Amino acid sequence: MNRPPPAFRHRNHPAWWAFAVHRISGLVLALFLPLHFWALGQAIAGEAALDGFLRWTANPLAKLAETGLVILLAAHLAGGLRILAIEFLPWSPRQKAAVAASAGFAVAAGLLFLFNVGAA
Amino acid sequence: MKAAIEARIWRGGAEGRFETFSVPRRDSQTVLDVVTFVQRRLDPTLSYRYACRVGMCGSCAMTVNGRPRWTCRTHVSRLGEGPLTIEPLANLPRIKDLAVDMVPFFDKWAKAGGRFVPSADAGADFAAVEPASPARREADAGIECIGCAVCYAACDLVSWNPDYLGPAALNRAWTLVSDVRDGGQAERLAAVAGDAGCHACHSQQSCREHCPKSLNPTASIAGLKRAALRAALKGGA
Amino acid sequence: MNLRGRAEAIAWGAQRASAAVLAACVLVHLATILYAVRGGLTAAEILGRTRGSAGLALFYGLFVLAAAIHAPLGLRTIARETFGWRGGALDLASAAFALFLAWFGWRALGGLFG
Ligand code: SF4
Ligand code: SF4
Ligand code: FES
Repeated sequence: MNRPPPAFRHRNHPAWWAFAVHRISGLVLALFLPLHFWALGQAIAGEAALDGFLRWTANPLAKLAETGLVILLAAHLAGGLRILAIEFLPWSPRQKAAVAASAGFAVAAGLLFLFNVGAA
Repeated sequence: MKAAIEARIWRGGAEGRFETFSVPRRDSQTVLDVVTFVQRRLDPTLSYRYACRVGMCGSCAMTVNGRPRWTCRTHVSRLGEGPLTIEPLANLPRIKDLAVDMVPFFDKWAKAGGRFVPSADAGADFAAVEPASPARREADAGIECIGCAVCYAACDLVSWNPDYLGPAALNRAWTLVSDVRDGGQAERLAAVAGDAGCHACHSQQSCREHCPKSLNPTASIAGLKRAALRAALKGGA
Repeated sequence: MNLRGRAEAIAWGAQRASAAVLAACVLVHLATILYAVRGGLTAAEILGRTRGSAGLALFYGLFVLAAAIHAPLGLRTIARETFGWRGGALDLASAAFALFLAWFGWRALGGLFG
């Protein structure tokens, strides 16, 4: 080996993983936003168009994707609150608990969505 | 415990290779002890840096098993029995073997307004700073930095944007922003604002996680972000 | 403070302020979704709730605005850090994306609430 190997071990701590989740969820949500607005915009073309779209979302794959989005949204929300707390509130030593709470919140929201949608 | 430590040590500069040495295991042995044994007994051409050996000077930092550490206070026994991989610090130019060029790191301290600017003239009386005052406490939290660059090596942002001032320089700037005697505040806030300064930090806290002095540069940088935004909104300077 | 520094400081403030607004909006939105999807969604149901509701229109109008500020600033950071793209062209592209999101979002709201 001639070039130095990349070091990754320094990233393996809860706050870094929280950062990674926040970045990826943010990226996906930002790219999804225009799509979401487009779908809602179907209402302009009338009720029938919106209904057509909603029927399409009833297929299992779309439901799975939607559940994923709800989880990402909840994760981004919880992670964002954590960052706001870090930057604007007096420093809390319970960082790891905050990361765990964020993750729990995201999973709970996703399960609740899946449960409600599945009950349809 | 195995009797010998297998030490894989980086040889060369930007290009190079790992060389493996066998070093006898001892009680209370630090990673710096291992490197020193190699240089004194096995290969005198090995280059590395240290001075105090007791965690004060900040010159012995290296990458040990993939993460930055102060080697004089890192006990081998805490790292398990596997081979020890010892490399120079990340995010700084490699000079030779385990020695990196620290110039970019300290240049950024200067760039971040890390120098104290007296506000009173020489004839003035001593400034009275209440030890319990909030500003003094903010400064206290950051002044124990030994300038070891462990945080700088751990910060992803430094790898992604080589101009980023980095946690240590910004932490230093924050201790001065919290210094009521300092007269260079507007210039300092201007120096640390921007996408190579405090506002680029995304609070992922690798710096805080790895700082051997348990300092919290992330919190210092958050303070700078707020102070710089206040200054920007006021439009002064 | 020079223009560049001031712009970055304000961009950071806008990112965090919009985040605070979004946090409140998303909580309400999530609760609404979780409630609304029970028993499936139909257009009539959605439109029945939205048409003529000024309060909801205002809420979602603010939501769209905050998202239009927040998302492009985040993408701009990713472009800088991951792709090394910096400078005026990037700022322009981010601003264009922000305007597009605001227009597109409000247009959709027009359909739902109009
Ligand atoms: S918190 Fe900021 S300064 Fe510290 S490692 Fe992360 S990006 Fe770097
Ligand atoms: S902040 Fe900590 S890790 Fe960074 S240079 Fe100072 S002592 Fe070292
Ligand atoms: S040798 Fe001085 S800090 Fe390690």
